[in-house]
Amino acid sequence: MKARVTVMLKEGVLDPQGEAVKHALNSLKYNKVESVRQGKLIEINLNETSERRAKKSIQEMCEKLLANTVIESYEIEII
Amino acid sequence: MRAAVIIFPGSNCDRDLLSALSLAGHETFSIWHKETELPNNIDLVAIPGGFSFGDYLRCGAIAAKSPIFKEVIKHIDRGGYALGICNGFQILTEAGILPGILQQNIGTKFISKVIDLRVNNTSSTFTHNYSSKNIISIPIAHHEGNYFASKDDLKNLHDKNCIAFEYINNPNGASDNIAGILSENHRVLGMMPHPERHVENAHGCQDGYPFFEGLLATS
Repeated sequence: MKARVTVMLKEGVLDPQGEAVKHALNSLKYNKVESVRQGKLIEINLNETSERRAKKSIQEMCEKLLANTVIESYEIEII
Repeated sequence: MRAAVIIFPGSNCDRDLLSALSLAGHETFSIWHKETELPNNIDLVAIPGGFSFGDYLRCGAIAAKSPIFKEVIKHIDRGGYALGICNGFQILTEAGILPGILQQNIGTKFISKVIDLRVNNTSSTFTHNYSSKNIISIPIAHHEGNYFASKDDLKNLHDKNCIAFEYINNPNGASDNIAGILSENHRVLGMMPHPERHVENAHGCQDGYPFFEGLLATS
């Protein structure tokens, strides 16, 4: 089973990288770009047949390692 | 003190830290991250600066899950002393030992320069050799040094006198100018500046020396 984990900074947490990308896009004349947030995409191959168990296991991985929940939120998608 | 310096792949301030600790009269041990035990009767675990595991995923995240870290956590739970400098501070926050997290500098740039610090807590094992009137000059070198913590955590840090060092001119956007924090029992210190780089005459400044010397008094 394959899963995709998206880790993003939580709302309200300043994202200097996203800000820098936004400024670069604006300087390329994409003036309609109002904000940019940058995150991480992690793909996981899991030897698991149950979608429920896979999600539970990946949720644990997110809490323990993949995201720092002080400033980051995560979303799990089974693909 | 008997001090163990933990070394990860990518640590690069371990020798400076060993040298500073030895200079101040401590007995030192280098411990590779794959070890599963600390030497007997260790007083202080010191986690050096650098780029452990290439800063992959998040700075310090992978080091905080390495084999030796289980022992480091046991040492801290027993009330042992621990010090994390720069990447070491990032590792201590990633391990959940100290609150908050070090985010990217607000200007997105790596900053390497000497900055001025105010010593905010002058009673801890690490800082008792300084007075609150002291402004000390210590180098910083980091890309993720922007300290962030929840409002509740910040309040708790202030209330429990856990803010060890503050920047005079905040270089990286850190909340409340925080450069270094202590655990609630004041036995664990995490700091972004590098006191081990200002200990010898040849460094041009020795403002970091009292820091390492002060540790002796409690061993």
